[in-house]
Amino acid sequence: MSSFVPNAPVLDLDSIVQDAEVHIIVCTGSGGVGKTTTAAAIALRAAEHGRSVCVLTIDPARRLAQAMGIAELDNTPRPVAGVDTSAGGSLDAMMLDMKRTFDDVVERHADPERAKAILENPFYQSLSSSFAGTQEYMAMEKLGQLHAQAQADGSWDLIVVDTPPSRTALDFLDAPARLGSFLDGRFIRVLSAPARGAGKGIGRLASVGFGFFTSVLSKILGSQVLNDVGSFVAAIDTTFGGFRERADATYALLKDSGTSFVVVAAPESDALREASYFVERLHADGMPLAGLVLNRVQEVSLPKVSREQALAAAEGLAEGDASSRLVASLLQLHADRAATMHRQQQLAARFTSAHAQVPITTVPALAEDVHDLDGLRQIGELLAAD
Amino acid sequence: MVNWSGTALHVVSGKGGAGKTTVAASLAMCLARDGRRTLLMEVEGRQGIAQLFDTPPLPYEERRIAIAPGDGEVWALAVDADEALVDYLASFYNLGRAGSAMRKMGAIDFATTLAPGLRDVLLTGKACEVVRRKIKRASNAYDHVIIDAPPTGRIAQFLNVSTQVSALAKTGPIHRHAEMVMGVIGSPQTAVHLVTLLEEMPVQETIDGIRELRSANLPVGAVFVNMVRTPLLDERQSARVRKGTLPKSKIGELAVGAGIRQPAKDVASGLVQEAIDHVRRTDLEAREQERIDELQLPVFTLPYLSQGVALGELYALAETMFDEGIR
Repeated sequence: MSSFVPNAPVLDLDSIVQDAEVHIIVCTGSGGVGKTTTAAAIALRAAEHGRSVCVLTIDPARRLAQAMGIAELDNTPRPVAGVDTSAGGSLDAMMLDMKRTFDDVVERHADPERAKAILENPFYQSLSSSFAGTQEYMAMEKLGQLHAQAQADGSWDLIVVDTPPSRTALDFLDAPARLGSFLDGRFIRVLSAPARGAGKGIGRLASVGFGFFTSVLSKILGSQVLNDVGSFVAAIDTTFGGFRERADATYALLKDSGTSFVVVAAPESDALREASYFVERLHADGMPLAGLVLNRVQEVSLPKVSREQALAAAEGLAEGDASSRLVASLLQLHADRAATMHRQQQLAARFTSAHAQVPITTVPALAEDVHDLDGLRQIGELLAAD
Repeated sequence: MVNWSGTALHVVSGKGGAGKTTVAASLAMCLARDGRRTLLMEVEGRQGIAQLFDTPPLPYEERRIAIAPGDGEVWALAVDADEALVDYLASFYNLGRAGSAMRKMGAIDFATTLAPGLRDVLLTGKACEVVRRKIKRASNAYDHVIIDAPPTGRIAQFLNVSTQVSALAKTGPIHRHAEMVMGVIGSPQTAVHLVTLLEEMPVQETIDGIRELRSANLPVGAVFVNMVRTPLLDERQSARVRKGTLPKSKIGELAVGAGIRQPAKDVASGLVQEAIDHVRRTDLEAREQERIDELQLPVFTLPYLSQGVALGELYALAETMFDEGIR
């Protein structure tokens, strides 16, 4: 039983990081809950327990990135210095470069001339740098690549992935399919048809509605946009089979029993609501959930004294001498923390009453941010300690 | 003290988890005081406003959601890019039933997905359309429009629609629409506010965000420092905590004497440990506060509410904003 959430089972992180059957750990959750730090801490702990780990981070804080030696973006995993390798493990880390990953996909699958045409296409440029969902798609793409590399040459036996700071955690799962179906969609097929060769298919598909639609679209966007889209899709279509299949393949990887999802939340109602949605979705899609990491929980050093007791005692001391006033302040401080802790526990209990089977581990709110491996190690200890 | 009576459009951004929606809603409430009318706009489809005000999900339709002190009114609108596009097309073409047919075919979704900038232009465009009603003195005009905007990392791109669109459409109605939007957003009648916590990452993001906004020539308004705890120890007490000279046995004795029924030693070490954590935290907050003060922008401080935020707390936060001089 978790000490913070009395009815919840405890998430035993060490048994997961040491489970040789687990090859992928995905850390997910809404923005601002400490996903990146959690992913890095899990990766470091796994490495120091003897796993060969690669951690893929999305947008780490600058000082943490520097400490891990990944402040330079080169989109390739690099060994992290200062890891204790005495258990036989290792840690490589990288930060995702979304555009570069997309460019790599193009360059790997197209002959140089066609690749150049795609990379220079204005529509590709806007798609690869600002399409809502490209970051999620590329995080998945990169995960697929790292996994393939690990399978091929055994560079790693565990990949830990951080997920993009999306509006909702579900975006990570949905965006690739959205991009895939967008690029494979009916409209885009038709738009690209003229570029693929004289009117093939367009006669059959073009309806009054479609004609109206394209004419409105070219009026408001300009016909150049539609041309760019058309030539982009045609070029990309002939070089490698549908985006959807690629997205589907990586999605299937997430359902594999060798994958484990760690949902990260802060003890706030919004973050826990997101965590709830995500847990339900994983369940519906048959994806393996390890449990919930509850970050930044308030702890008290005097658990047996309630907020009310502390306030009542403080009241009696508030009018006294300097020492009494000091104790009154300390008791008020305790009352404040006890109130925060109580509210957080209630929110967590609400999550648990809906998801009784989900194991939980908590990390107390630390006074300072994590900047170095020692800090990550400390988080790892706390994650494993519940 | 700030006078925002001429600032028709307030864009509220901030790091995820810093309380953007809460600050936007409280600001809408504060600016609606004394007979004014404000519109609180949501653009990310999260229904965060409905949750905060404890109302059913908001439709794509302006609704009054709260009354402000002195007969003011707060209205709310959840803008949806797809609906906004149909709306927009309808203003140019007589769409009739074609609008809903296009939506059924997935054409609208396609168009807003196709052009990443288009979505943002439609969302900000809706806000600017509402703002311009005031200029034209329409009866459904608002004194202020407040957008609960995307987070700091995306805000400059979200607002900088003309750059987004010029890569897309060099002429035509969308291009003109984007110019109309920039005419409002890039002008002194707009202010972009950033919400932060007194923690390292959010403050760093705020500093980076302000630099980005400035280099895109977007008007930066104020910084809202959210969830600030009241200092419970005074300067002398904090200094003793730092030096480690708190009188432990005296503390235990006094606390037990005042009715704490636990062993004095445990009480003393528990209270002292909590004081150490607290001072470490407030020292860090003070350092972050200095970095914010160096920005030389108006800064407003909102208290941490240990019981969470519901409608009653929004009134309290709006009152705090008023007390800090927002007019």
